[in-house]
Amino acid sequence: MKKIIAAAVVAAASFGLVTAASAGTLDNVKAKGQVVCGANPGTAGFGVPDQKGNWTGLDVDYCRAIAAAIFNDPTKVKFVPLSSKDRFTALASGEVDVLIRNSTWTMSRETTLGVIWAGVNFFDGQGFMVNKKLNVKSAKELAGATICVQQGTTTELNLADFFRSNKMEYKVVTLGTSEEALKAFDTGRCDAYTTDRSGLAADRLSMSKPDDNVILPEIISKEPLGPLVRQGDDQWLNLVKWVHFALLTAEEDGITSKNVDEKLKSDDPEIKRVLGTEGKFGESLGLSNAWVVQIIKGVGNYEEIFERNVGPNTPIQLARASNALWSKGGLQYAPPIR
Amino acid sequence: MTTSAEVHFVRSQFSEPSPPPMRTSGIVHWLRENLFSSVLNSVVTLLIVFGLYKIIPGLVDTLIINAVWVANDSKACVADVVGHPVGVCWGFVAAHWDYFVFGQYPETMRWRPELFFALEVIGLAWLLVQRIPRKDLGMIYFFIVFPIVSYCLLSGSETLGLPIVQTHYWGGFLVSIVIGTVGIVISVPLGIILALGRRSHMPVARSSSVVVIEFIRGVPLITVLFMANVMFPLFVPEGWRPDSLLRVLVGVALFFSAYMAETVRGGLQAIPRGQYEAAQALGLGYWQMMIKIILPQALKIVIPGIVNNFIGLLKDTTLVAIVNIFDFLKVIEASLNDPVWRTSGMPFAGYLFAAIVYFILCYGMARYSMSVERRLATDNRH
Amino acid sequence: MSVVNGGRPSEAKVVFYNDPRIRSLFFQLVLLALIVALFWFAYDNTVANLKKRNIAQGFGFWNVEAGFDISQTLISYSAASSYGRAFWVGLLNTLLVSGVSIVLATILGVVIGILRLSKNWLIAKLATVYVEIFRNVPLLLILYFWYRGVLGLLPEPKNSIIFPGHILLNTRGLLTPRPVLGDDFIYPFVAFVVMVLIAIGLSVRAKRVQESTGVRPKTGWLSFGLIVLVPSVIFILIGAPLSFDIPVQGRFNASGGMSLAPEFVSMVIGLTTYTAAFIAENVRAGILAISKGQTEAAQSLGLSHAQSIRLVIMPQALRVIVPLLNSEYLSLTKNSSLGVSIGYPDLVSVFTGTVLNQTGQAVEMVSVTMLVYLTLSLLTSGFMNWFNRRVALVER
Repeated sequence: MKKIIAAAVVAAASFGLVTAASAGTLDNVKAKGQVVCGANPGTAGFGVPDQKGNWTGLDVDYCRAIAAAIFNDPTKVKFVPLSSKDRFTALASGEVDVLIRNSTWTMSRETTLGVIWAGVNFFDGQGFMVNKKLNVKSAKELAGATICVQQGTTTELNLADFFRSNKMEYKVVTLGTSEEALKAFDTGRCDAYTTDRSGLAADRLSMSKPDDNVILPEIISKEPLGPLVRQGDDQWLNLVKWVHFALLTAEEDGITSKNVDEKLKSDDPEIKRVLGTEGKFGESLGLSNAWVVQIIKGVGNYEEIFERNVGPNTPIQLARASNALWSKGGLQYAPPIR
Repeated sequence: MTTSAEVHFVRSQFSEPSPPPMRTSGIVHWLRENLFSSVLNSVVTLLIVFGLYKIIPGLVDTLIINAVWVANDSKACVADVVGHPVGVCWGFVAAHWDYFVFGQYPETMRWRPELFFALEVIGLAWLLVQRIPRKDLGMIYFFIVFPIVSYCLLSGSETLGLPIVQTHYWGGFLVSIVIGTVGIVISVPLGIILALGRRSHMPVARSSSVVVIEFIRGVPLITVLFMANVMFPLFVPEGWRPDSLLRVLVGVALFFSAYMAETVRGGLQAIPRGQYEAAQALGLGYWQMMIKIILPQALKIVIPGIVNNFIGLLKDTTLVAIVNIFDFLKVIEASLNDPVWRTSGMPFAGYLFAAIVYFILCYGMARYSMSVERRLATDNRH
Repeated sequence: MSVVNGGRPSEAKVVFYNDPRIRSLFFQLVLLALIVALFWFAYDNTVANLKKRNIAQGFGFWNVEAGFDISQTLISYSAASSYGRAFWVGLLNTLLVSGVSIVLATILGVVIGILRLSKNWLIAKLATVYVEIFRNVPLLLILYFWYRGVLGLLPEPKNSIIFPGHILLNTRGLLTPRPVLGDDFIYPFVAFVVMVLIAIGLSVRAKRVQESTGVRPKTGWLSFGLIVLVPSVIFILIGAPLSFDIPVQGRFNASGGMSLAPEFVSMVIGLTTYTAAFIAENVRAGILAISKGQTEAAQSLGLSHAQSIRLVIMPQALRVIVPLLNSEYLSLTKNSSLGVSIGYPDLVSVFTGTVLNQTGQAVEMVSVTMLVYLTLSLLTSGFMNWFNRRVALVER
């Protein structure tokens, strides 16, 4: 009997209990040889695995960018699929190094969950999708409607707020995951389905009759989505933050995966600083000075990531809108690398 | 006075022969006895036959005749596209077969889970088929050798030259069976220990076993899974990073240990006192007595109970989907979200397939456990 | 004179580590130390982890505004209510769905259990097929089957199936008129209660008469008249103080009336059909445990088949069945936690789901939920043990 237990314990121990020294996250990541990312398993365009386990999406590419910055290899990533319910615990408990999973930056999350956002990689807002047959043109007409919503998100709270502040009655059906909520809407259980607008665009595609449904114009909330890390490790926070800024800066400076080798020869002092031919910005993050080159070669700049995953030429068909660079009328703004 | 000769106490003439008794064998008798024993019964029988007559042809049509067996996408299963009525879209299952069985396990290494399934079947057959001898070796194989080999096989081992396959690639039927297997491999020995603890004379051992057993049996599995998922990482030092599948395995194994303990306790109580006394009279110590005399007898009686627990365990593995483990049911649901396969009839095929697979497994085991029960009932006759 | 080896060693000379009492004490101390160490390990780590990660602790959230809505509430609740209120809403929903399902599952289970023993081969086989199918398929699939497969096929609100009496059935559930009681409704209600009490008194008296004389006075019609007629007459005399709030189809949903949500209905049907299969098996086992002589004796007394089951077999079978039912009721209550998978707002869904996510306090939420289920289990066990004792005492 004791042998069995001993065997079980040994097996269990080698299964996944990787004891790591309580050094910084970056050291742990380097020791493991991979970045562990908490990812969304079910939102096309942001994070979704295919049957072979290949992940695609904007958030997923952010993970790859971090891996590229550290290892000069965007494939050194492990994706852990997380539901909206267990994502913060997974990050706080150290199961994942960074969480990039359409997570809205809110004050209470940062003050009570022990997590901290590194930036906003997608400015989003909550919207509604309804069946065309209902002939609804605005969310304000939804008084008395039944609405399907996913559990455990800011969406659930915004929905209640919206109807409260507009003094309208409604009925809610709360489902465990976004897939279940969408399925309930698809079978006619609800009049409307609500989630972030980016999610609505992706979800509409996976309905049985996408063209029968429209997305209403109202945006009822601010949903700044971005990568987040555990509190108390500033080095790692800085790294994730500056990977995000580097992606934006590269777009601003016109550095793409195609022309990065050319740009390395550039005399422009700004580009020289960004690409690490001048200064030691990479080293100050604990990386090589060619970190931005590695990122851009691995995944491209922000624009490339956006166009590849959610842009107008993809099935999701999202315009840049708020996510355009500040210089083009959007909100994406990176502090200077200098 | 009448003469006594006129009074007959014995009948002087033959009575009419009564009609022959109704047939007590043959199909007519069986029908009369089982289907038409009374007017009410006859009416009910006719109603049921009529109902079956109405339902069964439609069912056969949907499930077999009109079903689509080969399909590349959902179009092959839409009546308007194909031009004739369409039943269940089995083509959906066929197209996703590998995904349903292995999840995202790398294609080139799928011989490893296949070998694992084979080893599992060998182990179960060894323990459960009565004719195969050396159950003691079977126990060692199933509870020690098989888990270690399977672990190296599935997870990989650098020293053996098997590349590591991380658990987040595992999925589908493989994961359901892994959870079931780990559940049974750990919960049987742990259950025995808890059961012995509960019957122990030592107050600390007894009370702690009782608390563990009753606590776990009092809460739903889903809360244990939540605990494994969100609380367990907080219980261990920061550097430890228990794998998400591992946490669920620990939760499931603990949960079923409590049920197993109660089953085993039933077996222990069924052993006559004389057996304990005889063992003690021979001068055997506690562990010798248990291992050599009591447990072999007790475990033999509780095999049906253990198999029934295993059925419950297998059915409950579906709950791990709620904490984001891609088990058999979850991969089917995930495939249903694929835009290529998204039509209104497709979920029916997927869920029906899942139901059939679970039914075959559980019903098979239930039949087995019933046959053992019958055998035990006759064995005990003197 | 020398004593060789002193004969048998006396009791006192047993080496201390072979003394069973000391051994047992030692073993228990080790066990206790292990348990304490384990708990201390978990506790210490949890406190350290929570502090280090800056995660809130304690039950300060209990009175904070929840900010989300719940689809089914038995007590008044809105987004402005507190998390604590949401907890009670979830708990009551769990109790409601478990309670209703327990009653229905018992009825269905007993019927199917008896049908399995029917003399009609077809009925027995059909009952067996039912039991085998529902016992051997995961409950989650059964819930999906009812929720998505059966109730999902209902028409949209615009094309509701309409039953007489303003009852609507559609994807949003079953809508019925809601009785609105006038202030004077209290009088017929009081009359009803009084009449029921009188009827019970009559039946008690009838039983006493039957026991002393062997003839049971007929009280059925009299009781019926008292219970139905008297309150009705009063009800009409005071001007029928009762109206109905009829559901009216609006733009999206019907408003007014009472509604049963499809999530609730699916949960009840799912739990009932699943558990009934297990209860049926218990009932069958209980009936089979009664010796055939009992049935034959009942028949020779001239009791009909139904009577012999009701008066002779069942009271004895109950003694076997009740303890088995206890564990089925417990597992049904625990199984109601699957509500989260089909959107029924039970305790796990509301508290361990939404509230846990909004507050992030996993330890508090999961512990409270476990304690609630533990308490429910103990209460159910306690009640069933009491009932079991009652059944067992019927023996004369």
